[in-house]
Amino acid sequence: MGRVVVDVMPKPEILDPQGKAVAGALPRLGFAQFTSVRQGKRFELEVDGPVTPEVLAAAAAAAEQVLSNPVIEDVVRVADLEADAAATVVSQGLA
Amino acid sequence: MTRVGVVTFPGTLDDRDAARAVRLAGAEPVALWHADADLHGVDAVVLPGGFSYGDYLRAGAISRFAPVMGEVVDAAGRGLPVLGICNGFQVLTEAHLLPGSMIKNDHLHFVCREQVLSVENVDTAWTRDFTAGERITIPLKNQDGQYVADERTLDELEGEGRVVFRYQGVNPNGSRRDIAGIANAAGNVVGLMPHPEHAVEPGFGPDGPAGPRSGTDGLRFFTSVLHAMVG
Repeated sequence: MGRVVVDVMPKPEILDPQGKAVAGALPRLGFAQFTSVRQGKRFELEVDGPVTPEVLAAAAAAAEQVLSNPVIEDVVRVADLEADAAATVVSQGLA
Repeated sequence: MTRVGVVTFPGTLDDRDAARAVRLAGAEPVALWHADADLHGVDAVVLPGGFSYGDYLRAGAISRFAPVMGEVVDAAGRGLPVLGICNGFQVLTEAHLLPGSMIKNDHLHFVCREQVLSVENVDTAWTRDFTAGERITIPLKNQDGQYVADERTLDELEGEGRVVFRYQGVNPNGSRRDIAGIANAAGNVVGLMPHPEHAVEPGFGPDGPAGPRSGTDGLRFFTSVLHAMVG
């Protein structure tokens, strides 16, 4: 079983009221160092078998046609979750 | 008798009010089911308010793929009058029958108020019983009611007279250029955030010149479409 992760974010020029509300709450909780917050969505799509280039292409198409609204959102990532997880572990190890 | 279809998606909650408005206007309401790819020969369609499919992905995003919407999109292309109210407006944008999108209100709160609108275009299938520039009062209730589109699209809408309603007095959700409702180029498809179906019967609508709860400005949306058929 493979998993594809799709990240969708509001376009930079679109006001993101949710992110703005979170940004307003952070300093009240003592997190004063963050100047801006933008909130997006993460989708995890499962397939039987490995994540092939065809699977990634289909996920990218689904991301454009269904998961995001191109008027207000950008698809910022379509990736094999396992490969991505490995990359994340590496980066945490480096940190 | 003119037959006006009212679509029910899972999560729709204003379908009965819309059907009642259709009846009070003098037409026959026809219940249309989201999973039914058939418009049953109706003369017009109303996409009512609610939270179709829970709005879990985005407001109106899943409804666009309902079997009935394929028929609505085809029929709208052939000139069938279609009115999208609130969530119905969001469905029309997701289905690309109208441009732009709705995002969360700029103040983040759910808003419920008696909203004054100006009628900017009386040449659509749903507004011909109004007079140009007229102020009407109908209820508004939404959380994702902020209308957004890029500047080019907004200029195009303005230039072609497709801004049908504008908020007056107060902009309740931060919508660009105070836009409350728009039409397609042909004028048969209209979407708006406020709810005309909640202002069709004395005793149940907003306050009006004749006293509390006397406002029935919403009724003329539904009589307009009858006259659109005849005329």
